[in-house]
Amino acid sequence: MTENRQIVFNNVSKFYGEVLGVNRVSFSLDPGITSLVGPNGSGKTTLMNLLTGLIKPTQGTVHVFGLTPNDPVHFYRLVGYCTQFDSFPPGVTGYNFIYWPLRLHGFPAEQAAKLTAEALDRAGMAQVAKRKIAGYSKGMRQRIRLAQAIAHRPSVLVLDEPLNGLDPMARAESIALFEALAKQGMHVIISSHILEEVDRISDRVVLMSSGYVVAEGQIREVRKEVREHPMQVLVRCSNAARLASAAFELDHVVEAKILTDGQSVLVRTRDVEQFYLLLNKIVSTGVVEIDTVAPADDDVNSIYQYLIGSDGSPT
Amino acid sequence: MSTSTYLAQAQKNLKEQPWSLYAGQLGVLIRNEVGRNLFSRRRLWVYFLAFIPVVFLLIRNIVSRGQFDAAYLQDQTEALAILIQLYYLRIGIFFACMGIFTWLIRGEVVQRTLHYQFLAPVRREVLVIGKFLAGCIVSIVLFEIAVLGSFYLFYSRYGAAGRSYMFDGPGLGQLGSYLLVTALACIGYGAVFLALSLLFKNPIVPGAILLGWEAISPIFPSWAQHLSVTFYLKHLCPTTLANTGFMALFTVVPEPVSPFVSIFGLCCLALAVLVLSCFLIRRLEIMYTAE
Repeated sequence: MTENRQIVFNNVSKFYGEVLGVNRVSFSLDPGITSLVGPNGSGKTTLMNLLTGLIKPTQGTVHVFGLTPNDPVHFYRLVGYCTQFDSFPPGVTGYNFIYWPLRLHGFPAEQAAKLTAEALDRAGMAQVAKRKIAGYSKGMRQRIRLAQAIAHRPSVLVLDEPLNGLDPMARAESIALFEALAKQGMHVIISSHILEEVDRISDRVVLMSSGYVVAEGQIREVRKEVREHPMQVLVRCSNAARLASAAFELDHVVEAKILTDGQSVLVRTRDVEQFYLLLNKIVSTGVVEIDTVAPADDDVNSIYQYLIGSDGSPT
Repeated sequence: MSTSTYLAQAQKNLKEQPWSLYAGQLGVLIRNEVGRNLFSRRRLWVYFLAFIPVVFLLIRNIVSRGQFDAAYLQDQTEALAILIQLYYLRIGIFFACMGIFTWLIRGEVVQRTLHYQFLAPVRREVLVIGKFLAGCIVSIVLFEIAVLGSFYLFYSRYGAAGRSYMFDGPGLGQLGSYLLVTALACIGYGAVFLALSLLFKNPIVPGAILLGWEAISPIFPSWAQHLSVTFYLKHLCPTTLANTGFMALFTVVPEPVSPFVSIFGLCCLALAVLVLSCFLIRRLEIMYTAE
């Protein structure tokens, strides 16, 4: 049964004629930032278009808070979608691009104007709002689309490659905005190729390849599921040689490498929990002082490499 | 489900619809679409189609100044009938509606902007009706002004005789009929072209077929003629053109029908086609790359 406040994909498939878009996708999302990660053609945009009702599933159902796009009046009050399409109605100004869709939502003129100003302000576009969008740079066009997507204060914000074309400053501001929106309890669903940034802001990831969901969940949990690739743990300590030696005695440790600084050990283990127990023992003996312990490959980039491979095909 | 249960459910659904929201959305859609279609360089050729006869009449009146013999008034009535029935109804309004109404939705697909409207909390049926009404307003305003202008330029140069013909004779009645026919033509062709734009990626070829159908439909059985827009319009025209030779194809009225049936029939045809458009747009998906 579909739960409120959740986005639920239930056995969703989409075929474009004989071409597979996505196949048998089933998962549910809670509020927070979710990243869709995968190579070009993996089905990220198809999944977003299915979620927002721009295309219909060949099979299965998509529910947002229990609603479907068949009830557009309620559904699209919940959902905001910043697409990848870099196109705008001819001759429209940034202000009107946001204001008139708000009027279509049913907001009276005064409230629509207030919400327009608020959205423009949040996207950093207030200064250029009266100019025609045709004269905007790519980054400005990206931000005005973002402003339109958030203007009606949706509960679900879907962003297809929202960082494309943004300069570093605008990128940082956008990421801060996504994080702030997620903290307010909003669903923020992002597709991006910039894995480092995705990794930094995501609460969970959906990894896609060739139309299939390869893995889905919180990044650390997904990483633990990838058992064929031993996890890497970087330990900085007072006696790297002693630590490496102790680690080697464990069966599940496949590699312990002392790094060039002489104070760090990179351990590859098939059972990270057991390795952490070993660390506890070593610390309690006082032979080795541990400065820092950090997982070295439980980020989106590593998971992407392990599960999808650098050429974009599933491994 | 029994019929009574079904009807009760349908009545309940109708009552639950947010009609005031739909009305407001229609207002916004019409405002935006009228602005986009009426005051756009892209639509200059529609102005050309509507006003080129008016410009020619104006030039004719300026070149041949002075009052004209009232004996020729009857000839003017026939010339005006040819202008409206053969040019405006068959060519001007037809092609203008083709341009305006096929562009309302297909144009947004070409420009890759339709998703903005699909992502608004607007029922797609409301979207279709709003765009249709906007197209009707644009085409009716332009062509009614053009017909009014043509009427004025035809009769004004006859001075008192022309005024008498207009206000004491059959002139006003003819004007009213032509204005009605013009509006109905815009509504009928508009509904058909809107549906064609949803049925076909390139509505030009089906548009050309429709042009042919409108011309040759008089040779088909009576029931088939009812599927033609001009079938209904012919009966409302106040002046019957000569129906001999090739021209008979455009002017003959094969089966007399009362004006009420003509108006009602055309409105029903437009409504049926509009319902088809509503059905088609519900199935429309945003796949610009496939267009």
